[in-house]
Amino acid sequence: MFRIDFNKLRFLVCDDNPHMRRILRTLLHSFGAREVYEAEDGATALEMYSHYVPDIVITDWAMPIFDGLELAQMIRQPESKGNPYAPIIMLTGHSEKRRVTVARDAGVTEFLAKPISAKGLYQRILNVVANPRPFIKTKTYFGPDRRRNTSSAYMGPERRVGEKHEVLQQPSLLDKARSSI
Amino acid sequence: MARNSPRDIEVKAFATHHVITQPNPLRKVLRRVEEKDMDDPVGRAEQALAGLSSEFKDWMAVEAGRLAAAYAAVQKDGFTKEARDELFRAAHDIKGDAATFGYPSAAVIAESLCRVIEHAPDLAKVPGELFSHHINAIQAIVHENTRLDSLSVSGELSRRLRRVADDYLAHVNRDRPEHLEAILAPSIVPGD
Repeated sequence: MFRIDFNKLRFLVCDDNPHMRRILRTLLHSFGAREVYEAEDGATALEMYSHYVPDIVITDWAMPIFDGLELAQMIRQPESKGNPYAPIIMLTGHSEKRRVTVARDAGVTEFLAKPISAKGLYQRILNVVANPRPFIKTKTYFGPDRRRNTSSAYMGPERRVGEKHEVLQQPSLLDKARSSI
Repeated sequence: MARNSPRDIEVKAFATHHVITQPNPLRKVLRRVEEKDMDDPVGRAEQALAGLSSEFKDWMAVEAGRLAAAYAAVQKDGFTKEARDELFRAAHDIKGDAATFGYPSAAVIAESLCRVIEHAPDLAKVPGELFSHHINAIQAIVHENTRLDSLSVSGELSRRLRRVADDYLAHVNRDRPEHLEAILAPSIVPGD
């Protein structure tokens, strides 16, 4: 069985609703987190993201001016100076399947529909910590692999094609994050 | 903050895509514990949340007041983009928060209101009563909860409002299949 050392994690919470921020802060501190930074809109969150280099971002979707979806899209810029790989948990009142698809296509790592529960939040955090997915970059997408399962029984057209791959070396994530501070 | 030792990210380049893998930068925060480990972070968090519950009634009153103010702005200035967006966000926040605050029927009514705002082709043509009934019902549940039989009255109220709103949306979207599909699609939230 695994536990998370929350006191070693740095969180960025973005929600325009002060009550929800208070609830999130309470839950994260109860889990053991010490470093919880809060933003009330996407633009502030993006600034804080660059400044504090959080390990995990938890964001609402519906916010004025610059919403959580746009925040995810801004973070998932493969050529950006900052870290484009941080797990993003979308915590939202949207509860329609098409919204999950839109969030997934914006590079969101996990989707958590409100009403919030301690268990639901803990499970999403555990999942992004223990089971990170590789990132996929295409002409139109950059983000965590949207395929959570592989099926040997799949019949149908392949969205991804390609011959034998070549391996490119990239600078380390840590160096990249440090250089952005 | 969790730190990883500097190791390279591996990029596998295919014809149409790249697959990027890196050592898990957060693996150092994972700790193996015995099955009999008594630490219960989820239980601890639930207790902490329960400790906040004395404030929930006040918070809900603030949210309901914000919704009423947003609708008052609509009545004054019409459905400008700003007024429409604020009405939607106020309803959407109640949809997301009210069940946590102990007002599940208010959450159902707020969801119904969100659907009207999102899927009505012309908000200016929506009968005003459809908005006011939703908003008044939320206000009543929040402010008079102690006098209502919350399970039967507010539950029935929320179901009826949802039915009326859904009938209206199905009618006005009869020639808009993408909206009709979204209206009829089931929620991903269990128990909705």
